[in-house]
Amino acid sequence: MSPTPSALELRNLSVAYREAPVLQGVSWRAPQSGLTAIVGPNGAGKSTLLKAALELVPRLSGEVRFFGQELRQARRRIGYLPQRASVDWDFPATVLQVASMGRYPRVGWFLPLPRAERERARAALAEVGMADFAGRQIGQLSGGQQQRVFLARALALEADLYLMDEPFAGVDAATERAIIDVLHRLGRDGRAVIAVHHDLATAPQYFEHVCLLNREVVAAGPMEAVFTPENLSRTYGGRLSMLDEAALRPSSPLRQPLRAVP
Amino acid sequence: MTLFLQLDFAALSAAVLACLACGLLGNLLLLTRQSLLGDAISHSVLPGLVMGFIVTGTRATLPMVLGAMAAAVIAALLISLIRRLARLEAGAAMGVVFSGMFALGIVLIEVSGARAVDLDVDCVLYGQLEALIWPAATGFSSLWDPAALADMPQETRTLAGVLALTLAGLALLWKELRLAAFDPDFAASIGFAPRGLSLVVLVLVSVACVAAFWAVGSILVIAALVAPAAIARLLTDSYRGQFLISAAAAVAMGAGGYGAAIAVPALLGLDHGLNAAGMMAVVAGFLLVLAWAFGPYGRSRRVAMA
Amino acid sequence: MEALLQALTFSGGYNARVVALGCAAFGLAAGALGCFVLLRGRALIADAAAHATLPGLCLAFILAATLGWNPRSLPLLMGGAAATAALGVLAVGALARGGRLRDDAAMALVISIGFGTGVALLSVVQSLPVGGQAGLSSFILGQAAGMSAADALLILWLAVAALLAVAVLFRPLAVLCFDADFAASVGLPVRWLDLALLGLMLAVTVAGLRAVGLILVVALMVVPAATARLATERLSVMVPLAGLLGAVSAWMGAGLSAAAPALPTGATIALVACALFLLALLFAPARGVVAFALRQRRLRREAA
Repeated sequence: MSPTPSALELRNLSVAYREAPVLQGVSWRAPQSGLTAIVGPNGAGKSTLLKAALELVPRLSGEVRFFGQELRQARRRIGYLPQRASVDWDFPATVLQVASMGRYPRVGWFLPLPRAERERARAALAEVGMADFAGRQIGQLSGGQQQRVFLARALALEADLYLMDEPFAGVDAATERAIIDVLHRLGRDGRAVIAVHHDLATAPQYFEHVCLLNREVVAAGPMEAVFTPENLSRTYGGRLSMLDEAALRPSSPLRQPLRAVP
Repeated sequence: MTLFLQLDFAALSAAVLACLACGLLGNLLLLTRQSLLGDAISHSVLPGLVMGFIVTGTRATLPMVLGAMAAAVIAALLISLIRRLARLEAGAAMGVVFSGMFALGIVLIEVSGARAVDLDVDCVLYGQLEALIWPAATGFSSLWDPAALADMPQETRTLAGVLALTLAGLALLWKELRLAAFDPDFAASIGFAPRGLSLVVLVLVSVACVAAFWAVGSILVIAALVAPAAIARLLTDSYRGQFLISAAAAVAMGAGGYGAAIAVPALLGLDHGLNAAGMMAVVAGFLLVLAWAFGPYGRSRRVAMA
Repeated sequence: MEALLQALTFSGGYNARVVALGCAAFGLAAGALGCFVLLRGRALIADAAAHATLPGLCLAFILAATLGWNPRSLPLLMGGAAATAALGVLAVGALARGGRLRDDAAMALVISIGFGTGVALLSVVQSLPVGGQAGLSSFILGQAAGMSAADALLILWLAVAALLAVAVLFRPLAVLCFDADFAASVGLPVRWLDLALLGLMLAVTVAGLRAVGLILVVALMVVPAATARLATERLSVMVPLAGLLGAVSAWMGAGLSAAAPALPTGATIALVACALFLLALLFAPARGVVAFALRQRRLRREAA
């Protein structure tokens, strides 16, 4: 309908686990491209928002559109990066086997993976600096390396919109740097990235847009306009420490990552 | 030789086929931390199996498989319902459901008169491997004589079919099953429905449980489902290796257990054969202890950060 | 029908009365202890231990037969059963310690391999030149009919002892099940309490073998406790309620199977317990299916 459909549009999305509502009437239009952070306190429903959009958890009500289309039609344009902790890293699979999973949509059901597709997966590994680990069992990797493998798998999908659940959780500084480089490249290529992000100190450096979430959308839009102490304290219900507010000031000397007090 | 083919071959193949089919599928359960699902299925299919038997009055496979699968689905639904409503951990919910359904199956056998035919509690507990004979065998040539093979006990032929089905399923869905086992959320996000795939696994496991039931009984099916996969898990880190080693362990368990049941009494001078299904579990336990004690991932995790 | 009435009203003679009483006492102890087993997440360990009793039963029988003792002596068989059950529990821990196999796989392994080893030993027992083998297989599914008064009294005393222990340890066990970390922080000996819980669990399991059988003994620990949990949030209500439910299930089940001896006692008792559970699942005030469906509808209406 609109000339440039939003990469992800939520209308009145509600989700409840057991009986407690997690998201209530969330309506949000993500920008068509660029890097967007979803920020909010623990239990705000950030991961749930991604999962509900992808129909990984049932929704009570609401509609979801990707590039103006239903999930079913747009699936090939979407790439999901789950939380690293959501899988069993002891699983008997190699780095290349995991990255290759990003090529499965191109191969389809039942058929084995052709050599060319495996090479695409290898290229995705090279992009995150993991090419030398292709034959390694995934349990032998460090946390940061595991996250890079997940990112490579997502890149192998060659999607237009990436939904990433805490891509920076528990990774080393070098990996964080490598991941943000990849994200910026995706942004320059005109793709959209929506990432759940915990670290208030780095959010303004890394992302162009932000959606402040606490069960409902508190504020959303360009980072500089929305990422204000007032909006943040509304999002976190006043649970933001002085230290965090200091870190939010543009001239802040505090460079280390800070988190909201849970 | 002819005597071996007539008296032992059908039972020995049934043992090996049952262990292979269950053992291969057991990998999918073990890798998704659902080993107890095999436990639950093998206990809870009993009432369905008995119902199928009561309704048709024969040991025909299809009605029993249908009954068993219906029971397995009911059990799965009940388990998730109980977990949600009673807020019980999965183990407790399973304990409630599978002991209840197993009890129902036992009582059904007793009240229905099924025991008068040839489904009795002993068969549930120990299987009926010893009853499988192949009188039509006249020599090695019988192995490729269609007429003689058609005379194989139905249980053995069914198990061969189930193993073929299992192998076909694994070959066709090799990459899909690995994906869904490793990361079901990602699988769903790219349109490889993990629910559908786990339903396929559930169906295959139920079918294998029912087919293997005649050979080893409903509790030892669990050993066939879990032990080969667990042995392989202690020995390898590769997905393909996991399946290959578990297949080898399954063959060793089936053939070794059957052989030991004959050989051990002869060695000890007992005049009574040992229960072959039980000996299969003993062999599996022995292999498991070896893998645990000497395997690279047994007693403690070997850190291999090179 | 008359036999059933007789069994349920304790009017079937001294022996029948003692057997009914023994079963009920066992049900009481199993139900009450089951609450702690359930809340501490030990339901399947109990099942693994129960299945691992079969080799011990057979070994005790073989030992007695070789030494010329009475192989049907219940205390001896119980001793053997408890020994391999404890071994089974240790095996679950040892298998899972490496981290490669998880608890659930370790328990499935002990359940099936323990039972299978017992089945193989049972066939060894069959070939021994002594009498009484047939009685041994009744430990698998339980047989209250034909239980001697002496056996029933032994079960009764074991159950009473277990109940007393549960009563004495009620408060520390409650704290342990509620929050193990908190229990440790206030100086409770968590390891010893866990061991005590395990020991009580083994005692109750072994006590139940003769009547309920090793396959379904776990049902009497888990099912009444789960039923009581549907009905109440409070442990001080849940434990006596589960005990009562367990006693009623065991008493009615034993009566039914005494009236119709073809019915294995264990299966009958477990079915009675499950019937009570299903009733609670449907109609429990806060957590029942009916109540849940009503609430869910309300929530949907509010969200829409």
